[in-house]
Amino acid sequence: MTEQQVRDGAPLTRPVTDDSALGRALAAPSLERTHGRSLLLGRAFSVVAVAAAVGLVVVLARNPAMDWPTFAEYLFDERVAAGLRMTLGLTVTVTVASFVLGTVVAAMRLSRMRGVSAIAWAYVSVFRTIPLLVQLLLWFNIGYLFPSIGLTLPFTDLSWSVQTNNLISATTAAFIGLTLHETAYAAEVIRGGILSVERGQHEAAHAIGLTRTRTLFAIVLPSAMRSIIPAGMGLLIGTLKHTAVVSYLAVSDLLYAVQLIYNANYRVIPLLMVAVFWYAVCTTVLSVLQHLLERHFISRYTRGR
Amino acid sequence: MLPVHEPAPTTEPRPILRLRGVQKSFGDVHAVRGVDLDVGRGEVVCIVGPSGSGKSTLLRCVNLIEPPDQGLVEVDGTLIGYEERRGRPRRVSGRRLAHQVARIGMVFQQFNLFATMTALENVAYGPRRVLGLSATEARVRAEELLARVGLADKAASYPRQLSGGQQQRVAIARALAMEPVVLLFDEPTSALDPELVGEVLTVMEEVARTGTTMLVVTHEMSFARRVADRVIFFDDGHVVEHGTPADVLDSPRNPRTRAFLAEVR
Repeated sequence: MTEQQVRDGAPLTRPVTDDSALGRALAAPSLERTHGRSLLLGRAFSVVAVAAAVGLVVVLARNPAMDWPTFAEYLFDERVAAGLRMTLGLTVTVTVASFVLGTVVAAMRLSRMRGVSAIAWAYVSVFRTIPLLVQLLLWFNIGYLFPSIGLTLPFTDLSWSVQTNNLISATTAAFIGLTLHETAYAAEVIRGGILSVERGQHEAAHAIGLTRTRTLFAIVLPSAMRSIIPAGMGLLIGTLKHTAVVSYLAVSDLLYAVQLIYNANYRVIPLLMVAVFWYAVCTTVLSVLQHLLERHFISRYTRGR
Repeated sequence: MLPVHEPAPTTEPRPILRLRGVQKSFGDVHAVRGVDLDVGRGEVVCIVGPSGSGKSTLLRCVNLIEPPDQGLVEVDGTLIGYEERRGRPRRVSGRRLAHQVARIGMVFQQFNLFATMTALENVAYGPRRVLGLSATEARVRAEELLARVGLADKAASYPRQLSGGQQQRVAIARALAMEPVVLLFDEPTSALDPELVGEVLTVMEEVARTGTTMLVVTHEMSFARRVADRVIFFDDGHVVEHGTPADVLDSPRNPRTRAFLAEVR
């Protein structure tokens, strides 16, 4: 008996005997199998896809030009390690700086003061418009625009000035350019997070007498973390990889280090694979970190995952 | 010496909450159309009326969540949103405004507990950061209040781990922790499952008995009848009728009040 019974014994449903779509579907003995067949097709496709991927990897790995002995020889090379340190150092400093500045820009963008909000909007628009590499080259060549930077105290003879080319080294240009670029994106990630927080949180904070600034930092931003962390970690991983463009300015990052080596010994592919390996290690570590952060800070006080 | 004349009649104590000419529009919608209202110390006033009548907006004008377009709000002698400088009222904002508003408690329809804080932290945060209590004092006060709303055992729970009724009781404790001069309730039971309404109303009744001044927007007629000193029927941005619960709820004079009460009964 499949019909459910209500308390007084009257059936909740009646047997389906008519020639409706429901009746035909219930009567069809193949109902289960049709679902099963599509599942089977899906599985078959997965098997083929995985097999193809494995095959590709095997073919690549067995290609003699991969030259695995050379790969192994340079994997822990001191120059590669120094390049990796530069890449990581840039990534960390740029990320910290861009999230701090990004928070400021996001807060400005959400300000009720029109002028402040417009400045933040203009900043984000401009720095998302200029390609990162172009911006780095501009900062590196800023000396053409401002040959020297100086300060003079008015009404005195005291003055101080410095050659811009001495002040802005390649590494400084890389740091400034990357930070300004990533700040624009971080600001949008943080602004999105702030907007995802319910209005009621602002109102409750207002009602117990918190100022808008304190509300932002004590109530809204912690709550916004659930959307800032996933997007922000994506940004961080992006920054890690974007640092590779600084090799254009001859900043000795990971990519520049392997380029220097293969320019000398012409073993291009194995050395690029060394770079790929270390970028992959860093990215994986960051992904694990993201998972831990989300588990630790988010699932405790938000619905769902 | 004995006074020769009869002593002058003692003036009525000044109302703790006074609204004068409060108006608020959203675009073309006139939510509140010039409301005057006095609430005495320790009084419980229930505002009833159809949804969309502007009663929530009126409440939100009191603590300037929605700053009124026109009109004045005075709480315990303080003109909310203004400060007298050289004898003239000037608008205030930021820290000074926050300081004024902190004395007006509010309980929301959607509870609005701080999602990243435990129940205890929710209640202790205001006393600690706004009233300047020490961490220990704030914690002790929060524990006492959680016990008062029957949630001593939920101090370490996050809002999402609590039922709607429990969240709303924490929200009441959070509002009480600020020792408010007046406590506003904005449809505090409207978002609750029916079986959870009772526990919140019980707590509200207890709060009313201890002499807290309360302004309550509600659809719970039985609560208004039992607890309110005065009931206001609000419609279309106006106070249509007001009086004792018996007057307004049992023998309404205005046809609009009668029509509304017939609907909800």
